[in-house]
Amino acid sequence: MTTVDSPPSVNVAEQKTITPVTRSRAPRRRRMSGWHFVLAPIALLFLLPFIQMFMASVSPAKELVSYPPPFIPSRIDFTGFIALFQNTDIMLWLLNSTIVSVTAIASHLVFCSLAGYGFARLTFRGRNFGIFAILGTIMIPTQLLMIPTYVLFSRLGLVDGLGAAIVPWLATAFGVFLMRQFFMSLPRELEEAGRIDGATRWQIFIRIILPLAKPALATLAIFTLLGSWNDLVWPLIAINNDNAFTLQLGIANFQGTRRTQWSLLMAANVVATMPLILFFLFAQKQFIQTMTMTGLRG
Amino acid sequence: MTTRSLQKPPIRSHGVQRAQRSRRRVGDNLSGWLFVAPASVLILGLSFFPAVWSFILSLQDWNGFSEPEYVGVDNYSALLTDEDFAAAVMHTGVYTALFVPMSVLAGLFLAVALNRKIRFIGLYRTAIFVPFVASAAATGILSTYLFNPQFGLVNNVLRVLGLPAQGWLEDQTQAMFVIALMSLWGQAAFTTVIYLAALQDVSGELLEASRLDGANPWQSFWNVVWPSLRPVTIFVTIWQTIGAIQLFDLVYTTTRGGPLDATKTIVYYLWEQAFRRLDFGYGSAVAYALFALTLVITIGVVLYSRRRGQDAF
Repeated sequence: MTTVDSPPSVNVAEQKTITPVTRSRAPRRRRMSGWHFVLAPIALLFLLPFIQMFMASVSPAKELVSYPPPFIPSRIDFTGFIALFQNTDIMLWLLNSTIVSVTAIASHLVFCSLAGYGFARLTFRGRNFGIFAILGTIMIPTQLLMIPTYVLFSRLGLVDGLGAAIVPWLATAFGVFLMRQFFMSLPRELEEAGRIDGATRWQIFIRIILPLAKPALATLAIFTLLGSWNDLVWPLIAINNDNAFTLQLGIANFQGTRRTQWSLLMAANVVATMPLILFFLFAQKQFIQTMTMTGLRG
Repeated sequence: MTTRSLQKPPIRSHGVQRAQRSRRRVGDNLSGWLFVAPASVLILGLSFFPAVWSFILSLQDWNGFSEPEYVGVDNYSALLTDEDFAAAVMHTGVYTALFVPMSVLAGLFLAVALNRKIRFIGLYRTAIFVPFVASAAATGILSTYLFNPQFGLVNNVLRVLGLPAQGWLEDQTQAMFVIALMSLWGQAAFTTVIYLAALQDVSGELLEASRLDGANPWQSFWNVVWPSLRPVTIFVTIWQTIGAIQLFDLVYTTTRGGPLDATKTIVYYLWEQAFRRLDFGYGSAVAYALFALTLVITIGVVLYSRRRGQDAF
């Protein structure tokens, strides 16, 4: 199975240098790799829950609880979506989640890039201690912090609004770490040039360094988007007010209240996952970069 | 910290120079602190302070309203004899034992499978990676639907194959397996991406050499690729284990600890104690026990791998 495509690039390159006739490449490429028989079913299996989700969201409610269930709905029926938008507060939750994620991303981009740059390139008293302390917090599991943070936030009155969901996402140790790693990889000559021209640290940072940091900022934004949009446990603990429910919290509660309304549940699922799925399809490279970076923080 | 002052040649008299240098140092300190302060205050304020407070809470009996009462190590000693906690540790262990090997092996296999230039490879990658963006709430609803005993797709497939229907999430012995499987669905992308990145670092020359020596792809994999993936494997194992023993979300969105507490994990138990029963002291003790467990596992794996001569970090 594997012999068919053992490093084809090498062979192609060799052939090219020896015989400039490129025709011999064509039949090689056409031959189908045995890996398709492995990968295609797996890919389908991974997509299946999503396919079911989309199908069920536009199925007539009766068909979803019939036996045996039809895999493809007999007709397209939007009652699930209509019920979702008419009978639940999903629009409010969507708005709340958007506010939380947008605030989290904006503040991450500002605070983490500032701190990342400071820790990477500026010299000041206490710098090494600061780096050490912030990296140290990565070792602390969030579960250890939940109870006191909840008590603190409820005393500050944050638990009655969105504030409780937003504050922990304003800046994270991982964000600072990510930006610091990136800034350390930039050549120092860039700043030297700016300093010779008489630019201040701030000007160097804004005009020279930050424009170069776009890839790292994209990674940071995606990390923050994924984390803040999908967060469930913290909003579950910290949000005490129905009007401040996030989307995840809202649909998680459906499990208790609308257990059997499958078309509505699936419609809610579509609404909750579609934004991120679309983002993923458009920015797959950056998502994969983010996943790799998340793994490298250890 | 002194490197910059060395770069400037001394041209002025000592006194002026020292004054300038100290002024510059004050300026350096100030601008440095201004850059790092907002994020540092937020991060350190929301971690070290609560971590210490949590430890103090674990030595108290407190429901959040009444006067906290100092009870010493009572919460910890109660934990040792708490059968529900022991059960939660067991359930977490079962999940970890199911999920970690599955996710590491799946990641390794998928990375090797995806690490080639064939047609549709982009499509395959997308299909396998896209579940990564599904939230626990969404995955929970999908799980209860797909594994529904009456009309779920999975039992329907079993029926077509002539196999008996299963209870899945409503069956004590199967619920944790379903949760592990759905976690894998969402997180296989992560281990796959890590292994894919590691595969790019495998020496092409060594692979070519082994091929020229007549090794078949299987032999090349075990003798060339696998040894160079060892450090990544240790890292991924630790990472996934830490994640696994903190399982909460998917339990909350599928079984809520049931059926008959069969999926009640440590963090679920913590959440129940602290935020359902408002026993903040006991909840904090559970949190510290979890922290200790995490540390022990991490240190254990690192020491074990050191002894085998493989550095993970």
